[in-house]
Amino acid sequence: MENNDNKGYRGAALSILNKFDVSVWNDVEIETTDGVFSGIVLPRSETADDRHIVLKLITGYNIGIEVDTIQGFTSYGSKEAHYKIPEKEFPYDPIKPNVVLLGTGGTIASRLDYRTGAVIPAFSPGELYGAVPELADVCNLKTIKLYGVFSENITPEHWAGTAKAIKREVENGAQGIVIGHGTDTMHYTAAALSFMIRQTPVPIVMVGSQRSSDRPSSDAALNLINATWTAGYSDIAEVLVCMFGPTSDEYALLHRGTRVRKMHSSYRSTFRTIGDTPVARLANGEIHMIKNDLRKRCPKTPLEIDTVFDDRIAIVYYYPNMKPDIIDSLVDNGYKGIVIAGTGLGHVNKPLYPSLKRAIKEGVHIYMTVETLWGYVQMYVYDTGRDIMELGVVPGANMLPEVAYVKLGWVLGHTHDREKVAEMMLTPYAGEITEREAVDGYLIMQGGLPEMEKFLKEVHV
Amino acid sequence: MNTTPDPDNFNPRKEGFRCGLEIHQQILTEKKLFCHCPAGIYSEDYDAQVLRHMRPTLSELGEYDGTALMEFKTHKEIIYRINKKLTCTYEMDDNPPFLINQQAVDIAIEIALLLKCSIVGELHVIRKQYLDGSIPAGFQRTAIIGVNGWIPYKDKKISIIQLALEEDACREISDVGHRRIYATDRLAMPLIEVVTGPDMLDPQEAYEVGVQLGRLLRTTGKIRRGIGSVRQDVNVSVNGGTRIEIKGVPQLPLIPDLVFYEAFRQYSLLNLRDKLAERGINKENLQTARFDLSGKLENSALADLPDDENKVSALLIKEMSGLFAHRLGSNRNFADDVRGRIRVIACLEHYPFMLHTDDQSETTISGTDKDILKSVTGMTDNDLVVVVWGPPGDVETALNEVEIRVREAIEIIPNETRQRQPSGETDFERILPGADRMYPDTDSPPLPISRERVDKIRGQMPVLPWVKEAEYKELDLPNHLAWMLAISSRRTIFDRLVSDNKVEPVLAAVVLLEQLKNFSRLGGNLDIISDDCLDELFSAYKKGAFVKEGFRMLIEECALTGNTDWVNLAEKLNIRRVKKEEINKIISESIDTAREELFCKPENLPKVVIGIVMDKLRGSVSGKELIELIQHELNE
Ligand SMILES: [Zn+2]
Repeated sequence: MENNDNKGYRGAALSILNKFDVSVWNDVEIETTDGVFSGIVLPRSETADDRHIVLKLITGYNIGIEVDTIQGFTSYGSKEAHYKIPEKEFPYDPIKPNVVLLGTGGTIASRLDYRTGAVIPAFSPGELYGAVPELADVCNLKTIKLYGVFSENITPEHWAGTAKAIKREVENGAQGIVIGHGTDTMHYTAAALSFMIRQTPVPIVMVGSQRSSDRPSSDAALNLINATWTAGYSDIAEVLVCMFGPTSDEYALLHRGTRVRKMHSSYRSTFRTIGDTPVARLANGEIHMIKNDLRKRCPKTPLEIDTVFDDRIAIVYYYPNMKPDIIDSLVDNGYKGIVIAGTGLGHVNKPLYPSLKRAIKEGVHIYMTVETLWGYVQMYVYDTGRDIMELGVVPGANMLPEVAYVKLGWVLGHTHDREKVAEMMLTPYAGEITEREAVDGYLIMQGGLPEMEKFLKEVHV
Repeated sequence: MNTTPDPDNFNPRKEGFRCGLEIHQQILTEKKLFCHCPAGIYSEDYDAQVLRHMRPTLSELGEYDGTALMEFKTHKEIIYRINKKLTCTYEMDDNPPFLINQQAVDIAIEIALLLKCSIVGELHVIRKQYLDGSIPAGFQRTAIIGVNGWIPYKDKKISIIQLALEEDACREISDVGHRRIYATDRLAMPLIEVVTGPDMLDPQEAYEVGVQLGRLLRTTGKIRRGIGSVRQDVNVSVNGGTRIEIKGVPQLPLIPDLVFYEAFRQYSLLNLRDKLAERGINKENLQTARFDLSGKLENSALADLPDDENKVSALLIKEMSGLFAHRLGSNRNFADDVRGRIRVIACLEHYPFMLHTDDQSETTISGTDKDILKSVTGMTDNDLVVVVWGPPGDVETALNEVEIRVREAIEIIPNETRQRQPSGETDFERILPGADRMYPDTDSPPLPISRERVDKIRGQMPVLPWVKEAEYKELDLPNHLAWMLAISSRRTIFDRLVSDNKVEPVLAAVVLLEQLKNFSRLGGNLDIISDDCLDELFSAYKKGAFVKEGFRMLIEECALTGNTDWVNLAEKLNIRRVKKEEINKIISESIDTAREELFCKPENLPKVVIGIVMDKLRGSVSGKELIELIQHELNE
């Protein structure tokens, strides 16, 4: 039984619980040198110290009692409660599209255990219907839990597995796919799926939340509604990311899987398309297309996947005074591909040259991207660039460093032939390289300017 | 048949009145509680606006069985106005909290100790949910500092259930229809919440305990003053009633009326319940019906409504006639309670947006309209019809709410929070959030509060105001001075002057409280009156630089000039203390002058002599003393 193991308590705190024969979920009165405290003994976070007992007071607050001040316990029985997500049957409507939600581990919808603060994910259609009843107005929903990992723990195996699951579901009649994913690495997975799914008849929409759905201000419900709508109704048969446009509850933006990046550690509007405009803007079941060069929904198109991947690859983020042993150690450890995020137009310092030369000689494929994120690698402009190219480093156009990383792994899954690799790397498969950069592709507005001040004040940001 | 209660004959104590207070007091810190924005600065200027909707979370859905979701579906748009100097991305819930403000924790511990609370060993930040949008996150971060305290009141103890340290909410700018606008300047400023037990047994006690607590808080010198820095929530119940919370009472003197009328409202609602029972109305047999009346009535309030956007609907309630007029206050009836509720929940805005057939005033349902209502709804004299208008969805919500409220009246007094009306009574504010709205803040680590930290604060705590007040009365200070001084920031210097400098207590109190008040009234800058400066003032007096009566003149002069060189000022004002021999010499010289140079008649002599002497000695000797001395000299 979980309630008998004094969850999370250790050391002095555990001893005192044992000494007075008290366990988690006991309703107690604790006598201390500071007075008497009454409440229910709660589990303690395993990362917290061993000097305190956590109590939930009748008013709903939690407090900690220092072990050394405790003189005695009086116990009044046990009050453990188990919380369950209310489950209601998700209604089926034959005229609504069938959408499949694949879960990878990020909790888009969840509810809290109000006493411990533990998040209980809501995932089955019934649970989701209980949490976000509006979903039933959008589609018929089926859910499949693929994985249960935090997004930092996602690996290429998860990417391939997700691609295979998508294929299976689309072949089984899904008219749109939604993938729930933690936001931290969502853009890596979006890029990987963009390469691994060679063509799709239906939209594949990635979604997550920046504020968990246990808070009234969560972005989760709106993101989920917009993502299922996009999957069910939109005409775009590509891998997309669907997340908040502004921080306000106003509209979602759809981003292409190979041009999107998480740009703020905590904002709701963290996902931005880099070097281009977003694909579309979406609110209340109305979509406004911004780009029109994406592949269209077509039920007859068979879904094709290609999930090979060589994970002996790395990104090296260049900084001044980088020492050549950084490159050497990658080569010595058997890495086969390196994406460099170089300075400016794509540069590194001279001391690295011999190491780069050796790496290439030993068969490592090295591609240059820019740590400025916006703009193209342009290695002909300066001697430095030409010298580096001469060593065999290949300019990666305007691929984002993370996208080039994912693509290099995917390409090396197919071939290690130097020319073949280069040909594939420089061929755009999913919009990861664009031929041109339009004037509205680079917009980082700065506060303090009169026109921006006006914009901020008038538009809900 | 029971008669409708009358507030004029209502005795709250007799009906089991109980009242508790929650005092929300901003504390004096430099920065906000969980971010590094400045605290205490207000401005309605804004640089940006953010729009949010508050969505009920799962547990609340379960609890309210749809009411919360209904409220959500009426779709209140919440607009936050952001002044970039006063609010950052933390307050907008776009950034996790920084570590809790330690200065605020220390102040809260000090106040908890003054309230004789037990201080927690570890502080746990909790989220308390609010769906009204007053906090962009949808919850307030709050933490218990101490529990189980008390303060004395008359011959009993008022229990202090707990003291929490929490962030303040937004200021509402407007709330019209589906849009509520908030300023975010006040948001996240640190405040303490002191919760008493329901120990006050009549409205006056509630007020007096509030005063007592306010004085305790002021003693610390670490609370904010001024408009909006303190707000009281007052909870009230009577026998058989419900614990109702009146939110955000800005001033203590408003409390007695508010709680009196709330107690009366509950008492009268119980009476209404009995009346419904007498009519045989229960939840099972309550009969209602709805009718569309769009375009059918003549009422002037409806005449200007654009038909394509609005709908007029009626709810027939059988056997309910007369009960919407049931009196719930000095000037309120049951219909007012219903109206208040649908205004909030259904967001109706075309005033008065609700009419009913119990209303006898002429502005409402006319004779022709009544005939139309009768023919459309089939109402009889025993029935009641409620008419509501506005956007169709909102009208639907409103009629649902009317029906829910009538059903509640059959059984219970609904759990809700209420807000103060200008009349001194209250109106519906919100349905009370469920008990399940508290949960741990996973973004904040627990903070151990060491016993050394608590002991250090305990060692520097001010003496409680009631203890100090008793001490001052022992020194023979008049009651009003003892009362004021007990919480004055000047009380430390007062104690020192009296004990070390042996200044007469009444003199010190008068100078420190009344004359310094006069000083600021004259435009003096109190910053220049440091404790050292006051020390110098009183030692100059002790050394004879001026007479007792000179304090007033010196302080007035200082207010006007800013000069605090007291000895110098005393000379300039000619108020130095004069020796008795010198006074006598001046008096006898003046008598000579009056007799010999002015040829004064004997009967005028005292007046003239007083005039001459006063010119020479004004400020140095009291008038009364001089007159006595002159009389004495003349009599010789
Ligand atoms: Zn801030």
